[in-house]
Amino acid sequence: MSSIISRRRHPAAGYAAVAGGLVLAGALYSAFSAGGASAAAPDQNSTQVAQGHSLFIESCSTCHGLDAQGTTQAPSLVGAGAAAVYFQMSTGRMPARELGAEEDRKPTSFTTQQIYAIAAYIASIGGGPAIPTPAQISTTGANTALGEELFSTNCAQCHGFAGAGGALTYGKYAPPLTASTPAQIYTAMLTGPEAMPVFGDGTVTPAEKRDIIAYIVDTRAETNPGGFSLGRTGTTTEGLLAWIGGLGFLVLIAMWLTAKRRDHLKAESEQKS
Amino acid sequence: MSETPEEPTGRRRVIGTPFPAPQAVDTISTEPEGPEFSAEPPAPLHAKRAERVVAALFVLAFLAGCGFIAGYVGIEVGPAIPSGANDVVAVLRSNMVLGTCLMIALFALGTGSMIWVRHLTPNIEIEEERHDLQSTPQDRAAFQREFAEGAAVSQVTRRPLLRRTLLLATAPLALAPLVLLRDLGPLPGTSLRHTVWRKGLRAVTLGALRPLRPADISTPGSMITVIPEGYQDDADALAKAGVILIKFAPGELHVPTIYNSGTQLYGMNWTIDNIVAYSKICTHVGCPVALYEQTTHHILCPCHQSTFDAANGANVIFGPAARALPQLPLMVDADGYLAAASDFTQPVGPSFWERG
Repeated sequence: MSSIISRRRHPAAGYAAVAGGLVLAGALYSAFSAGGASAAAPDQNSTQVAQGHSLFIESCSTCHGLDAQGTTQAPSLVGAGAAAVYFQMSTGRMPARELGAEEDRKPTSFTTQQIYAIAAYIASIGGGPAIPTPAQISTTGANTALGEELFSTNCAQCHGFAGAGGALTYGKYAPPLTASTPAQIYTAMLTGPEAMPVFGDGTVTPAEKRDIIAYIVDTRAETNPGGFSLGRTGTTTEGLLAWIGGLGFLVLIAMWLTAKRRDHLKAESEQKS
Repeated sequence: MSETPEEPTGRRRVIGTPFPAPQAVDTISTEPEGPEFSAEPPAPLHAKRAERVVAALFVLAFLAGCGFIAGYVGIEVGPAIPSGANDVVAVLRSNMVLGTCLMIALFALGTGSMIWVRHLTPNIEIEEERHDLQSTPQDRAAFQREFAEGAAVSQVTRRPLLRRTLLLATAPLALAPLVLLRDLGPLPGTSLRHTVWRKGLRAVTLGALRPLRPADISTPGSMITVIPEGYQDDADALAKAGVILIKFAPGELHVPTIYNSGTQLYGMNWTIDNIVAYSKICTHVGCPVALYEQTTHHILCPCHQSTFDAANGANVIFGPAARALPQLPLMVDADGYLAAASDFTQPVGPSFWERG
């Protein structure tokens, strides 16, 4: 160990680190892609699973049941997978505040380590899609143009062409993607939280998922030409205000112009003439 | 028309020439000049104050106008902005300055004018009488005389051959606009009843253009938009051929088998492994319907909120759409990919007059 530390400034150390990272990423990727949708959790460490189990009993079992088998209030989590746990808990949707048409995004009270522990527990009882590795959600070299095409085909109908969100039926809605991290976008596509359809690796490949993430991230970084953004629809809000408010103001002015003069002015002018 | 021209006793009037001058001539009534208005302001003190306010507003308009010119010259947009600056931000800034200056200038000008009118000009009612719109009898008589002279000099009344061939020459030009209506055609024929889907034509994902095996859509709740293979650049074909594939959990899907005078319109035997294919074109006015909620199996149209039940033959359960989304019969081809088993058996998209 001390030999590694002492050689970390060696000219070849950077290349070695990159090569090592690539080998690791490749190994992880092949491990996941081989298993497909039913890949095992990233970490089957038994202590992590045990910790996750106790956290689950503490925070989740009231609705999802002691064995995550589901109750009348909440679905079974057997086979939901680590990715679903990661999405729901990292966006603060779970634990749910109340049972409504849809859970809102809110700050989470769990640490990443705790979320991963619960994810490992859920994965251990039924498999399911795994949490993506950093390499899987890296947008480096992604095809943003293809991402845009895939986004408009598969995502824009609900989330809007710039990811601003939109309404669905019976109080449900597609949330805005303004705060979603690449890992959350990835796991949402993989698991289809709430009313969202599943876009598994068979229909939208991991590479295409990265393209879609790149489009969302790039679009968010663009300067918004509208002053008050209305889903990036340009200066529509200002125009709407100008039409409704401005026209009302003009009507008031027209009423003022055509109103009768005040009486004292009239009296003065009559005296004069 | 107070006067109807009487049929002249002499020669017949030729089309296009004026009627002969009427016999009676209207008497001209000259009105006396109206009363002079006093130019004195109604209340001197008040007028003085109003004058100052108006002058101040006009000076403000002048300054804002100068500000517009200064802003236009001073704020760089387009290729002239310094490198590294954001061109959208530069345009925003320029628009803000130009719009604000113009607004202030025009508003001050208008407000000043209105205060002028309301507080400085005398408040006297002025009557303006309305007169007949027609010209004076003298003018009309002179015009008729000159027109008749011109007609006589040009010999249009004396040479019927010229007159008639001239009318003949203009007739096709008058009819030409009617012929141009032909460009509204040709009639669509049966093209509205068919799409390019046919037996064995593979479904590929829109965008990535990958064919799909049933195993690729393995997770219940999956949805994907597909198009016929090889038609990705044919906008006319894609306008009708867009299809969504939806995967259901076993037992969730209940597509009723429906026949319409011998033609099958919907059926479970058209699904593969709980994957069902519906047209993506709304039957109301043709918007793309793809807001699929996997929890309720609703397909929602974003335009007018028509809602279809994907688990039951895409029946309309809400909204203005009149018909269920047409179902595309699916099959698996020799290589194991999802393909159409035939074209749609009913027209996709909005209803049309001859649809029946």
